[in-house]
Amino acid sequence: MRSIIKDGQITQDSWQVLRADVEGQYPTVAADVDVIVPLALWLADKPTWQARAGQTAVWLAPDDDPQLLATDLDRLPLVAVDFPAFTDGRGYSLGRLLRERYSYAGELRALGDVWVDLLHYLWQVGFNAFEIKDGKDLDGALSGYDTFTERYQSTHREPVPLFRRRVTSL
Amino acid sequence: MYRYDEVDHRIVRERVEQFRNQTQRFLSGELTEDEFRPLRLMNGLYVQRHAPMLRVAIPYGHLASRQLRKLAHIARTYDKNYAHFTTRQNIQFNWPELARVPDILAELAEVEMHAIQTSGNCVRNTTTDAFAGVAQDELLDPRAYCEIIRQWSTLHPEFAFLPRKFKIAVSGSVEDRAATQVHDIGLHVVRNEAGEVGFKVIVGGGLGRTPIVGEVVKEFLPTRHLLTYLDAVLRVYNRFGRRDNKYKARIKILVKAMTVAGFAAKVEDEWQHLKDGPSTLRDVDVAHYASYFTDPAYDVLPSNPPELLEKQAAEPAFARWLERNTRPHKQAGYRSVVLSLKKTGVPPGDITADQMDAAADWADRFGYGELRVAHEQNLILPDVRERDLYEVWQLAKSQGFATPNIGLLTDIICCPGGDFCSLANARSIPVAEAIQTRFDDLDYLFDLGEIDCNFSGCMNACGHHHIGNIGILGVDKNGEEWYQITLGGSQGSHTTIGKVIGPSFAQADVPLAFEKIMTVYLEQRTEGERFIETVRRIGLDPFKERVYAKHH
Repeated sequence: MRSIIKDGQITQDSWQVLRADVEGQYPTVAADVDVIVPLALWLADKPTWQARAGQTAVWLAPDDDPQLLATDLDRLPLVAVDFPAFTDGRGYSLGRLLRERYSYAGELRALGDVWVDLLHYLWQVGFNAFEIKDGKDLDGALSGYDTFTERYQSTHREPVPLFRRRVTSL
Repeated sequence: MYRYDEVDHRIVRERVEQFRNQTQRFLSGELTEDEFRPLRLMNGLYVQRHAPMLRVAIPYGHLASRQLRKLAHIARTYDKNYAHFTTRQNIQFNWPELARVPDILAELAEVEMHAIQTSGNCVRNTTTDAFAGVAQDELLDPRAYCEIIRQWSTLHPEFAFLPRKFKIAVSGSVEDRAATQVHDIGLHVVRNEAGEVGFKVIVGGGLGRTPIVGEVVKEFLPTRHLLTYLDAVLRVYNRFGRRDNKYKARIKILVKAMTVAGFAAKVEDEWQHLKDGPSTLRDVDVAHYASYFTDPAYDVLPSNPPELLEKQAAEPAFARWLERNTRPHKQAGYRSVVLSLKKTGVPPGDITADQMDAAADWADRFGYGELRVAHEQNLILPDVRERDLYEVWQLAKSQGFATPNIGLLTDIICCPGGDFCSLANARSIPVAEAIQTRFDDLDYLFDLGEIDCNFSGCMNACGHHHIGNIGILGVDKNGEEWYQITLGGSQGSHTTIGKVIGPSFAQADVPLAFEKIMTVYLEQRTEGERFIETVRRIGLDPFKERVYAKHH
């Protein structure tokens, strides 16, 4: 069990992320564990994944097309997006697309090179769970939520941008 | 001028604290160099040849006198008494101490300034016409839209880590003085057949290693859709721009790869999901921001008052300065004054703390407390009464600001080059100085007329050499500094990328090459023909022949 941040709290988590090894092979998964599988594996054999005893979720790589998952979203308990490097910003757009265009309402988890300095941005685009990178301070990462108490743009959390709220309050 | 409200203040203060925390974690070893680099760059902090370099944002080049005084104070307190204006209308300090940068940011926050996104792979400082709001040929004052874009781009949660840096320029006038065609996004205000004002959206322009003039992806974007359309363009770029090779990561490469029609279609598709959403600008929103940029209480004055005409007739030096360093104003009896930061022997764009204080005082005394930074790296007093011009000229002379060379060959746009910048392949400052010295004769300089000379110390093209009528690029050959000359580049409504005339020159030979080029121009020009027009008419061959001839 590892600890993750979910909905603003540190919680114990049982999900395992299925990733290919250096030779591109996937390890076998016990039938009763909860597993997050890559999009390609999910698309290749949805019925088998759904028939398992454990739960199955899907993770997207930054260059995956979230539309391929659109019809599955209402039965997925969790969708994750991988950030192979914290400077790779594609996952932020994926987060917004999943939430805003495809109306995904379940757990949206950020994986990979994720730590305190990114939490605010990730939360704003719709992520609500964060697997903090090994070696990075998990407790300290919680402070990333409230680095900024206000923002200018329309985001998933606050769709009405500041300029509209400002004028309305005048 | 835009004034922060309580929320703007809070956001900037929170950013200062965030950066203070990040700096402390780096200094204590909690963050590695690789982890800290993108975080510090997003805050304009480079590690340069001699020391860190801090680039401070001057949004769309607008500066209040109290802000300029604060910059002078920072130059004195934290640096070596001077700073450098850049082609993005920013200012940079070359010698701050890393551990004190958070304190500098805290001081800047007091005067509504920051260093947010002045570097890094994010949306950079939005630029515009330095004469916005006072130009005679303006269709729309672009400043309210620039401020709206500034706020939209500041800490945008979706676009904090783009494939590469991203630059937006806005032009509100007929003549494009913001180089919109060589930006990642250029917004040029236009009127449609129904008389409505909107933006022509140009995407994929840029200089650097692959200079490209941008292409139109939308002929007419109604102003209310500005932000949703920007979101759509940025989202397409963020998702599909290349990230495997930093030289191919700019949006211009994506536009070329998809073709402009393919790119425009992709953006249109994205935009359909965003259009008319909550970021749509209502009239009342725009009016709120426009209210910060209303005209000051101009005096009702005659144009060309007798005292001005008398001095102009009596003192040729003053007349010369008036001709070059002042610009017509939309309000009768006023002009804009350009304070030249291109005095021979001073690195182009450099300004001392004392000069900053002096200019701030003049902005208060002769104007309405505001200044502008031009992308040509000069400082502007936008609203000076014509009757005060003679006094302003004398004061400007006393501070070394009155070199009457605006728009002339010695008004060189120049990056800091190898003397300061760790990216540079060659020094630029001493070569710029050698050219200025060679063309120091004012009569000769005036006779040559308008010539844009742009100088970059490396392929990154911070000095915009590609769009100089005459451009210089510093190149490295086996550890030696060489200089490549381009001709025929231009900015403005007919932006053109200059062409290389031939093999590069050793440093000592650059001024002579310039002289030969000017000689060809003087021989070939027709009555009243500007340098760039002659180059366009006769082509590069006559210049090449003269410059590379064995016996001349």
